[in-house]
Amino acid sequence: MSPRPAEPRGVRASAGRIAAMVLRHWYLLTSSWPRVLELVYWPTVQVTLWGFITLYLAETGGGPLRQAAALFLSAVLLWDTFFRSQLGVSLAFMEEMWARNLGHLFTSPLRPFELVLSLFAMSLVRTLIGVGGAAVLAVPIHGFDVTAVLGPALVLLFAGNLLFGWALGLVVAALVLRLGLGAEGLAWALVFLIQPVAAVFYPLEVLPGVLQAIGRALPPAHVFEGMRALVLEGRLAVDELAAAFALDLLWLAVAGVVFARLVESARRRGLFLQVGE
Amino acid sequence: MLKPASSTPAEPAIWARGLGKAYDGRFAVRGLDFEVPRGRIVGLLGTNGAGKTTTIAMVLGLLVPSEGEVRVFGHPMPRERYRVLHRMNFSSPYVDLPARLTVRQNLTVYARLYGLRNPAERIRTLARELDLEALLDRPTGRLSAGQKTRLALAKALVNEPELLVLDEPTASLDPDTADRLRRHLAAWARRSGAAVFMASHNMPEVERLCHQVLVMHGGRIVARGTPTELVRRFGAADLEGVFLTIARGRVREPAAG
Repeated sequence: MSPRPAEPRGVRASAGRIAAMVLRHWYLLTSSWPRVLELVYWPTVQVTLWGFITLYLAETGGGPLRQAAALFLSAVLLWDTFFRSQLGVSLAFMEEMWARNLGHLFTSPLRPFELVLSLFAMSLVRTLIGVGGAAVLAVPIHGFDVTAVLGPALVLLFAGNLLFGWALGLVVAALVLRLGLGAEGLAWALVFLIQPVAAVFYPLEVLPGVLQAIGRALPPAHVFEGMRALVLEGRLAVDELAAAFALDLLWLAVAGVVFARLVESARRRGLFLQVGE
Repeated sequence: MLKPASSTPAEPAIWARGLGKAYDGRFAVRGLDFEVPRGRIVGLLGTNGAGKTTTIAMVLGLLVPSEGEVRVFGHPMPRERYRVLHRMNFSSPYVDLPARLTVRQNLTVYARLYGLRNPAERIRTLARELDLEALLDRPTGRLSAGQKTRLALAKALVNEPELLVLDEPTASLDPDTADRLRRHLAAWARRSGAAVFMASHNMPEVERLCHQVLVMHGGRIVARGTPTELVRRFGAADLEGVFLTIARGRVREPAAG
C-alpha cells in the first residue's frame, strides 16, 4: 500500500478543491452553447426593451426624464447583476442535486465553505458573462455605455448587488436542500419578492413607511439610491454605499449560518443520498 | 475467497459500537456492533429495507447516528470526518456523476478534489485497468449501465483509498461485466491491502469476495462470520440459503459449533 497520505489541510489544499469545483462548473457551462447564450439572452432582452422605453420618455418628457436612459438602463444592468449572481449560486448548487452528485461531494474532502466559495466564483463568472455581454451590446444598440455613465463607481455598485445575490442564492440553495427540488421555484420567486422594495426604478421615498423600512434593510435599495445620486446629481453617495456593504456582510453572515445549519440538518435526516430529480 | 492482507495495524478501518439511527422516533437500524479490519473485505447482506444503506451512510459521515458510535481509522464520524475522508472513497447506485461531463472531466474533478498531484496519469491508469480508455471523452450520460458502473468504480479508486465503501457494486450489470468488475476489485484489494466494506444482494459475489459477512434483518445484525462458517452453521447449501432462511423469518443465528 502507498504511504499514508497527509491530511490535506491549509490554504493551498482548500484552493485546490475550490478550483476543482470551479472547473466542474466551467466544464458544464462550456459543454453546451445554449447555456452560454441563455446567460446573455435575458439581460440583452431587458436592456433592449428598456432602451426603447427610455428613448420614448426622454423625447416626450421633461425634468429628470431627460436622464431616463442613464437611470433605467443602469438600473436594469445593476438589477440583473443581483438577479444573475443569485441564480449563479442557487442554480450551480441545484445542478449538483439534479445530477445526484451531492453524496459524492459530501464524502470527498471538500468542505462546505469551499463548496460555497466555488459557487460564489462561478456566480461571478456567470454574472460577468451575462451582464457584461448585455452592457457591451447596449453600446451599439442604444449608444449607452454604462462605464461612461457610472464611471469607476460602477465597480462598487456592481459589487454591492453581487454580494447580496450571493447571500440570497445561498439561502435558496439551503432551502432547496432542506425542502427538496420541489422548492426550486424559490430561485426565481424570492428575487422578485424583493424587487418592489429594492428601489430599482424609483426612490425609496415613494414607498409607504413599512416598505421603506424593509427596503432599507436590503443592500440593493442603497445601491440603487447611490446609482441615482450619481446619475442625477453627479455625487458619489458614500453613505449609501457604506450601508450597502455593511448590510451585504450582515446578510452573507446570516446566509452562511442558514446554509451551515441546513447542511447539518440534511446530514441528520439522511438527505444526501435521497436528493435527485 | 481472498486471503487477508498481512498487515493489520491497531485501529480497524471501521469500528462501530451500539450504532443506531432513528427517523421520527423509529429506528431504521439499532445496536450495530462490528469492525472492518484493514486489508479485509467485509460484506453487508440484507433484504431491501434491512438498513444496509443507512449503515453505509453513517460510516461515510453522510448521516449522523442517533445513538452509538462509528469510527473510521479511529476517528468518530461524522465529527472528525475531514481527518479521514481523503483516505476513503465510495460508490453507490444512489448517487451519480454529472451526466453532461465527460468521463475524463468527471475523473479530473474528483482527482483534484482528492488533491492528486498528477490527475492525468492516474486517470490513464484507471482507464486502462477498467477498460474506459475508449470512453474518456464521452459524456457520462451517454454511457451504458455497465460503463457507468466502471466509471463509478474508477471514481471510487481515484485516490487509492485505504477504505473503499461500496453499495451494490455490481447492481444492474450483465454477468460478464459483473464478473470482470469483481476480478478487478479482488485484484486491487489484494494488491493495495485496503479494507472494503460492501453491501450486496448478490450472494455468489459476497461468497467469492468477502472474508467476513454481516447479515442484517430488520435494522439489526442477526448473523456474522465467514461465508463458509455461515453456510455450515445454518446448514444451508450456500450463502443464498442462509440469506433466505433469515429473510423468511428464522432470524436469529443458530448457536455456533
